[in-house]
Amino acid sequence: MAVTENDAKHIAKLARLELTEQEIKLYGGQLDAILQYAGQLDEPDTAPVPPTAHALGIENVMREDLPRQSPARGAILANFPHREFDLLKVRKVIE
Amino acid sequence: MNSAFETAGLVKAGKTSAAETVRAALDAIAKLDGKPSPGSRLPGGIGAFLEVFEENALARAREIDKKRASGAPLGRLAGVPVALKDNILYAGQECSCGSRILAGHKAVYNATVVEKLLAQDAVIIGRTNMDEFAMGSSCENSSRQLTRNPSHPEFPARGTTGEKSAWLQKNLEKLDRVPGGSSGGSAAAVAAGMVPLALGSETGGSVRQPASLCGITGVKPTYGRVSRYGLVAFASSLDQISPFARDTRDAALILSVIAGHAPSDSTSAREEAPDYLAGLDGGVKGMKIGIAPEFFGAGLDGQTGALVKVAAEKLKTAGAELVEISLPHTKYAVAVYYILASSEASSNLARFDGMRYGLSAEGASLGEVFCKTRGEGFGPEVKRRIMLGTYALSAGYYDAYYGKAQKVRTLIARDYAEAFKKADLILTPTSPTPAFRFGEKTADPLQMYLSDIYTIPCNLAGLGGMSVPCGRVSSGWPAGAQLLCRHFDEARMFRAARTLEENAG
Repeated sequence: MAVTENDAKHIAKLARLELTEQEIKLYGGQLDAILQYAGQLDEPDTAPVPPTAHALGIENVMREDLPRQSPARGAILANFPHREFDLLKVRKVIE
Repeated sequence: MNSAFETAGLVKAGKTSAAETVRAALDAIAKLDGKPSPGSRLPGGIGAFLEVFEENALARAREIDKKRASGAPLGRLAGVPVALKDNILYAGQECSCGSRILAGHKAVYNATVVEKLLAQDAVIIGRTNMDEFAMGSSCENSSRQLTRNPSHPEFPARGTTGEKSAWLQKNLEKLDRVPGGSSGGSAAAVAAGMVPLALGSETGGSVRQPASLCGITGVKPTYGRVSRYGLVAFASSLDQISPFARDTRDAALILSVIAGHAPSDSTSAREEAPDYLAGLDGGVKGMKIGIAPEFFGAGLDGQTGALVKVAAEKLKTAGAELVEISLPHTKYAVAVYYILASSEASSNLARFDGMRYGLSAEGASLGEVFCKTRGEGFGPEVKRRIMLGTYALSAGYYDAYYGKAQKVRTLIARDYAEAFKKADLILTPTSPTPAFRFGEKTADPLQMYLSDIYTIPCNLAGLGGMSVPCGRVSSGWPAGAQLLCRHFDEARMFRAARTLEENAG
């Protein structure tokens, strides 16, 4: 099954990636080659096999909900690309 | 250069100071490392470091010396310089994951491993080059620079900084091969003798493969053995912080320091971490070493295969028993890995949106800021994997790719569970070939992916693994043997590695 240019554009949109036409062609083609290679995963019979999401099978690790020291506030603010006073400045969220 | 073990001993005994040790490392970096000239990606030296924390390191060293002078006991890594891969957080220092999108981002807290290193009086000396977001096998995907593999047969790796520097000045162009990746900068820093220890991270072999290509030791602990808190996430079900060293004893020492449960990483294991130095010299008598034909087939460089077979014979001579095992689903590991790791990455990397840190592109709307920031900030390999992962997780394809890969992952893990009923450890080649040249595999992503074929299954099954130098091929470049162990059985693996080391050459 081939990945079309439209497929590649749709995926880029889902992934919030602005790509040039050239990049769409390049990654679309490479994606197709990698997916063809991954086609070999159809060979083994996996019908009776459960999926593995985690090598050690740890589930639902709980902890006490206690107040803790957070990282230094000033250091977090200093990383903001756009800042006004102590606020993070972004484009309008609700149109 | 002394080992970390020896250095810590000398500093503790007052025979040298932390400041002297750190100054020697800084001097080696200044003389050997070298930056690329403007417009070039090829460094004027090894090119292992993206940044050296000179002032911070010297200040730390002075504190350690003061601590000793006050009579307080020093830690297990007293005065030992350690390099960090550029994806491990050290509060106040830049951490960029080798990416444009995180350029200028400063860590706001310490990774658990950094806290543990500092608690044992190690000195963090700088951050090292890597494939962007740890995606790659050669360091060529770094947004910043290439790193040269220093392990040319003529490079005086055991010589003084002066001897090395003189050799580099005459022979730099001979260093035309990659150090491996993605933790290639850390591997090169240790192989060139700039630092005795460095941390990298593994998702599919990013420490063992460069260790093999650079002729040093690299250990991928069991999944969950070391806290991932403060490691920038790539594929959370596979990622593990992993150390480089020049010998097994140093590797065992640093793993003893960084291993253990940490409440801040809910996937870190509760099993108690032993002191890996205890029993290191216990030998391999009676140990069963599994050899799997699936790791010695097509695609393996003949000389590398022969050197690994020699290593197997050494273990046998030392009293181990070689047993043949079968790992029939090995051939699917690369496909499983690229589907799962890319899927997890597409989700993990969604957080880089130009809002709270790093690059933020101009855009008319919020959506445009996201798309432009990510389009400008990520390099080609990262974009490729985000595309692959997004595709594999998207409606209509989830079962065919992500779901399928998770099931085949189970089959691979079962292969190992079966094999470890017959064998205590498994011995394989680490990398199918010795170090390759710059540009040799960059045109075809799949070819690059296949260089991780022998290291990936260990991450999928969550096992411990390590690469140990096992000689040099006729071109003079190093080859590595890989040992794999059951979950949390690193101590046994270290004993076998130590045996190989003692019987080297």
